[in-house]
Amino acid sequence: MSPKETNIEKRTIAVLVDNEPGVLARVIGLFSGRGYNIESLTVSEVDQLKNFSRITVVTSGTPQILEQIKAQLERLVPVHRISDLTNEGPAVDRELALVKVAGAGEKRVESLRIADIFRARVVDSSHDHFVFEMTGKSDKLDVFIDLMQPLGLVDVSRTGVVAISRGPKGL
Amino acid sequence: MASEQMNGAEMVIKSLVDQGVEVIFGYPGGAVLPIYDALFQQNNIEHILVRQEGGAVHAAEGYARSTGKIGVVLVTSGPGATNAVTGLTDALMDSIPIVCLTGQVPTHLIGNDAFQEADTTGITRPCTKHNYLVKDIGDLPRIMHEAFYVAQTGRPGPVVIDLPKDILQGKSDCYIPPEEVKHRSYRPQVDAEPSKIEQAVKLIAAAKRPIFYAGGGVINAGDRGSELLTRFVRKLGAPCTNTLMGLGSYPASDPQFVGMLGMHGTYEANLAMYNCDLMINIGARFDDRVTGRLDEFSPNSTKIHVDIDPSSINKNVMVDLPIIGDAARVLEAMMTAWDEGGYQLDQKALKAWWSQIEEWRAKDCLAYTQKGKLIKPQYAIQRLYELTKDRDTYITTEVGQHQMWAAQYFKFEEPKRWMTSGGLGTMGYGLPAAMGVQRAHRDSLVIDVAGEASILMNIQELSCIAQYNLPVKVFIVNNQWMGMVRQWQELLHGARYSESYSSSLPDFVKLAESFGMVGMRCEDAADLDGMIQEMIDTPRPVVFDCAVTQDENVFPMIPSGAAHYEMLLGPEDKAQKPISEEGMVLV
Repeated sequence: MSPKETNIEKRTIAVLVDNEPGVLARVIGLFSGRGYNIESLTVSEVDQLKNFSRITVVTSGTPQILEQIKAQLERLVPVHRISDLTNEGPAVDRELALVKVAGAGEKRVESLRIADIFRARVVDSSHDHFVFEMTGKSDKLDVFIDLMQPLGLVDVSRTGVVAISRGPKGL
Repeated sequence: MASEQMNGAEMVIKSLVDQGVEVIFGYPGGAVLPIYDALFQQNNIEHILVRQEGGAVHAAEGYARSTGKIGVVLVTSGPGATNAVTGLTDALMDSIPIVCLTGQVPTHLIGNDAFQEADTTGITRPCTKHNYLVKDIGDLPRIMHEAFYVAQTGRPGPVVIDLPKDILQGKSDCYIPPEEVKHRSYRPQVDAEPSKIEQAVKLIAAAKRPIFYAGGGVINAGDRGSELLTRFVRKLGAPCTNTLMGLGSYPASDPQFVGMLGMHGTYEANLAMYNCDLMINIGARFDDRVTGRLDEFSPNSTKIHVDIDPSSINKNVMVDLPIIGDAARVLEAMMTAWDEGGYQLDQKALKAWWSQIEEWRAKDCLAYTQKGKLIKPQYAIQRLYELTKDRDTYITTEVGQHQMWAAQYFKFEEPKRWMTSGGLGTMGYGLPAAMGVQRAHRDSLVIDVAGEASILMNIQELSCIAQYNLPVKVFIVNNQWMGMVRQWQELLHGARYSESYSSSLPDFVKLAESFGMVGMRCEDAADLDGMIQEMIDTPRPVVFDCAVTQDENVFPMIPSGAAHYEMLLGPEDKAQKPISEEGMVLV
């Protein structure tokens, strides 16, 4: 059998696109239509004057599939540039989570204590709940959310990863 | 400076005229009535009225492929657009430049499930190279011109422009000509990096058993692509094979041509691919119909892959030297580098390579025996070729056994003479495609080589052919079976011929006559030549129903999941080599 499935890698890819209707559907359709994985995807306008949006997609696959993904993304007509942030030198990646924890008594105190350790901020609270805002690497968010589980975790909302290369050069 | 006031529909027509469009293929309906009104009031663009929108796209494909120009389609919203989807997918798979204008309900009704509303941009997103929904008349001229640029630049493909009715009726002075429109982002690489060209010629110079494997990309690179390929291959003295899409890019009668490769390719082409030490792929995409089993595909060769589409590189087959660029420009650069470097192939090795290839060629893998009255399908197609080869002939096909026989027995000497649905394999392609070809080449002989099953898929277009008196010749190789389905059922499914018999066929002669055309039926091999000649000499559309033997299979054949050297050469071959479980699941 081919060595497929054995060497799965994870990549973060930044895609600079024209901010036009349907561009996100084009990118998502490419992934679903060709059977590629999306682990997370974020999109927002980044330059209003030039009308650019930036999509950050975290994907996984064999090196050959990952090269295909990049080539397929690059040939979409509204795509200006793509950058493989995992492969092309070091990059910073961050994710933001809003985490709602409801409870009272010792559990409530404990959740606040852990939030402090993780440098999460309280952005909403009442006598029986907190909403924490936390930014960091995805795995750090995972740990925080896991710790909140027994303390009354009610709801989680995550942005997905955004990333940017280190150093002075832009995309 | 503002242009004169015109409505959206007039702007559409003006854009087409400025883009040099002379003919469009279409079908009217509510949402596009403003365009039809504008068409009525001008004389620059001819409109060919098809009988179903799918036919319009295939006709535009035939027009585009036989001329090298862009094919233009005009259909209405809803069912007009959805009927066009097969043609658009076909054009995407075969890299044919098409601009398809679809009507849409007025912008304020979009999303309301209005009458004849469909999410056209949503539906066509995966089957076009790009698509647009025009929401502001101010964007209309730019989008029109961009669509033409996108359709033909880089790897060509279909582009849809969805036009809401209120945009078509709105008035504006915003028209701008093509030269004022520049695309923001789309600039495909057409020239290869010089260092890659250097590496390529060094690899070629070191090769002992090289082979050129040329595909549709050479044809899409324009006539120069084929010219340069032919010159370079002849200069080197190396063998050349073509894909189904590439037939005609290298002259088939040239002794260096080893025939088509792949599932139904020649013995010599496939074995040369398997045994070569250097493969030079120009504008082909390692399709599964070409490679057979991937882990056994030309296992000992170094591979150069020239393609304008970077996503074709390393998609199916890992290559050693990828070169991104236009086939013609890359070939030109390679030839220059070859000449300047004073390179030469190792003549002794080349001679040995050729004597090996000639041994394979001596197998005469396309041989068949025609005996008696009953016509073998191969014989029918070979005679059709022999009697048309010295004419100005264009061939289209439907999809199936007849298509493969046409690919095997016709010898195409130049590009753009062969129009077949390669990637998508669309039955019903050939008849409308022939209409488009004939419209582009009014005085040429245009033949749709068809099967009796495929032809029924777009038979309504006979009416269009009749209306415009396009003298298309429909040559039906009638074995009363969906032959390729029957062949696979015989080889893979224990000869259980499930639903593959062509029952209740029409009388094709009467059918032709009912459209005011000439109908002919041939049942005797002795009459075949005379009747084909009569068909050719008839200056009107002809439907030629050629009754052939029913149980013939297409050989050679590489069964799915098998390697190039596991080719079946004829019916007696099949018993020895059962098809693997893995091969069974492949299409």
